Amino acid sequence: MALQFSEEAEAEFQELLTRYPNTLAAMLPALFIAQREFGWVSVEVMDYVAERLDVHPTRVLNAATFYTMFNKQPVGKCHIQVCTTLTCAIRGAYELIDHLEEKLGVRLGETSADGHYTLTEAECLASCGTAPMFQVTYSDGEIEYFENLSPDRVDEVLEELNAKLKDLPNPREMH
Amino acid sequence: MTDEKPKEETQEVSEEEPTAEEPEKKPLPKPGAARAKAPKVAPKKEEKYLSRLFEVENGHDLDVYEKHGGYQALRKAMKMSGEEIIEEVKKSNLRGRGGAGFPCGIKWSFLPKESDVPKYLVINADEGEPGTFKDRYLMVLDPHRHIEGCIIAAWALGIRYCYIFVRGEMQFAIRRLEKAIKQCYEKGYLGKNILGSGFDFDIYVHPGAGAYICGEETGLIEGLEGKSGQPRMKPPFPAVVGVFQAPTIVNNVETISSIPFIIENGGEWFAEMGIEKNGGPKLYGLSGPIQRPGVYEAPSGITVGELLERYGGGMLPGHDLKAYIPGGSSCAVLTPDKLDAEMGFETMREAGSSMGTACITFMDTDTCMVRVAARLAHFYHHESCGQCTPCREGTGWAAKVLDQIEAGTGRREDLDLLLDMCDNIQGNTICALGDSIAIPVRSYIQVFTEEFEEHITRRGCWFPAWSRRQRQARSDAA
Ligand SMILES: Cc1cc2nc3c(=O)[nH]c(=O)nc-3n(C[C@H](O)[C@H](O)[C@H](O)COP(=O)(O)O)c2cc1C
Ligand code: SF4
Ligand code: FES
Repeated sequence: MALQFSEEAEAEFQELLTRYPNTLAAMLPALFIAQREFGWVSVEVMDYVAERLDVHPTRVLNAATFYTMFNKQPVGKCHIQVCTTLTCAIRGAYELIDHLEEKLGVRLGETSADGHYTLTEAECLASCGTAPMFQVTYSDGEIEYFENLSPDRVDEVLEELNAKLKDLPNPREMH
Repeated sequence: MTDEKPKEETQEVSEEEPTAEEPEKKPLPKPGAARAKAPKVAPKKEEKYLSRLFEVENGHDLDVYEKHGGYQALRKAMKMSGEEIIEEVKKSNLRGRGGAGFPCGIKWSFLPKESDVPKYLVINADEGEPGTFKDRYLMVLDPHRHIEGCIIAAWALGIRYCYIFVRGEMQFAIRRLEKAIKQCYEKGYLGKNILGSGFDFDIYVHPGAGAYICGEETGLIEGLEGKSGQPRMKPPFPAVVGVFQAPTIVNNVETISSIPFIIENGGEWFAEMGIEKNGGPKLYGLSGPIQRPGVYEAPSGITVGELLERYGGGMLPGHDLKAYIPGGSSCAVLTPDKLDAEMGFETMREAGSSMGTACITFMDTDTCMVRVAARLAHFYHHESCGQCTPCREGTGWAAKVLDQIEAGTGRREDLDLLLDMCDNIQGNTICALGDSIAIPVRSYIQVFTEEFEEHITRRGCWFPAWSRRQRQARSDAA
């Protein structure tokens, strides 16, 4: 089926276009809407965004590949990104990763077989004063920071995340 | 150092406001020999400006902001001419808070007065320099002060539109700002004919999408235009040709959040709260194995030692200070004998580093300097936009060679090779990201030469490992 924004997303998209002197400038926020709507940014999604912005598809390809927040492959319902930059590394980020790998049964860079979790590293997320930390991006587009973490605290966070799973769409099945 | 227990820290911040901790109110250290150029006004240290509303309930709300005197500076500014405002900002010695420290008033005076096309203000809220975490507090806990600063800047400079470019990960900050902006439209602080002055001005929030290089002002402009964030050659500078080919001022969040205070109290007042050429109260971020990491407000020119002891509570028990980075990972590393260095752009240069973003990373004696240099090289390699060969290739090579030294397969000539590489990168690239890797890598090697050499002669690293995988790799090698 051809892709189409939901009514709500369409309204948001139309409002976006009023913010800039040309449609190209709406690229990043438009790609965020598309990722939220369609789960991940496939070539098909890029083509749809190009058509909606009335720009050449290579423009979209260019942006989608340059920026790390756009998933060119589907990820899990909860994408856990552990900051491993300097302060977090000093304050135990790699221990969090060791712990998460064990708890989730995945290695860094992998998605769990049930499609629930993806575990990756991220660069400094401006939370060095509350290090170590990770960011969770949910498949409905919400982002949450979890800071001042320890392995024990991670266990609590995982319980919270597990409870959310049932309400989250699986990105693989969103288009 | 104190032997207090570290504070229990388990709160998560998520969409809630980040918490700024109250510095412990210990007596001020006596201004001794170490503080030869003590701030002119022995500052009322407990007085707060930028962080005034951080602990006020709903300080982010328009009503609360107004109750605390909000938008009075705007009313005052609207009775002043653009030139008068720029003059006050020049007098204030407000230096750009994004890392480069360019005098704000001078930057403003470069913006052409007359323009056939609308002029733009672009706020750099891409906060991504490793070690830096101050702008998010200003956006989340006091968004209206920032917006008031934007409106005053626009009024002074005849600017029609503003984009606040917030890194995409900070969804909580984007939402907070959007809500505050909406309140301003409803109240007549934004939009057409602001406060009946005939002045029209609009602000939009623009999300970044995960690219550190968009923090560089021309990379930011490219990102705002919907392209990949590859920095532009300068000149022309953004003030002449910026976003959408129009004259543009790019300022950091904290720079603009400081403007209302300058209007309220005057440029001289601001300048006095600091040292020569560096005016004003500002935010400092303290992180690493210290007692009370966090964001604190203090005058310009405060010493690193005072920040660490009085605000940060000293190192954690059992941890000794080995080195610190004054303002983000692109600054040269300094050792504890430089704790009396004052936080100013010139004073930090004299101390052998730079002030950068004034968010200080402290490192303890368990931290391996080879590993730190390698980690940072990986960061810059990952974030290089790839336009310039010295940066794209040099960062990758530096990371690889540093990894080898840490792993025990380094050779003596590698150190010269690395220094040579740094020389070839620095000054030979389109943007300052190249310098941002050359300067620190050179400094780690030069300041900790023996530690680097010992990694080569001992064939490996003896500092505690960061991860299980690292420990595994070591025992496999043994
Ligand atoms: C690689 C690189 C990254 C930068 N990142 C940031 C950033 O995240 N935030 C920021 O305000 N300035 C950053 N800057 C500095 C900006 O280029 C620019 O100097 C600043 O936004 C100007 O505002 P100011 O004069 O108010 O500081 C960066 C510079 C470079 C070279
Ligand atoms: S120095 Fe590096 S980041 Fe800057 S423009 Fe060149 S390649 Fe890109
Ligand atoms: S180093 Fe992890 S948030 Fe900055």
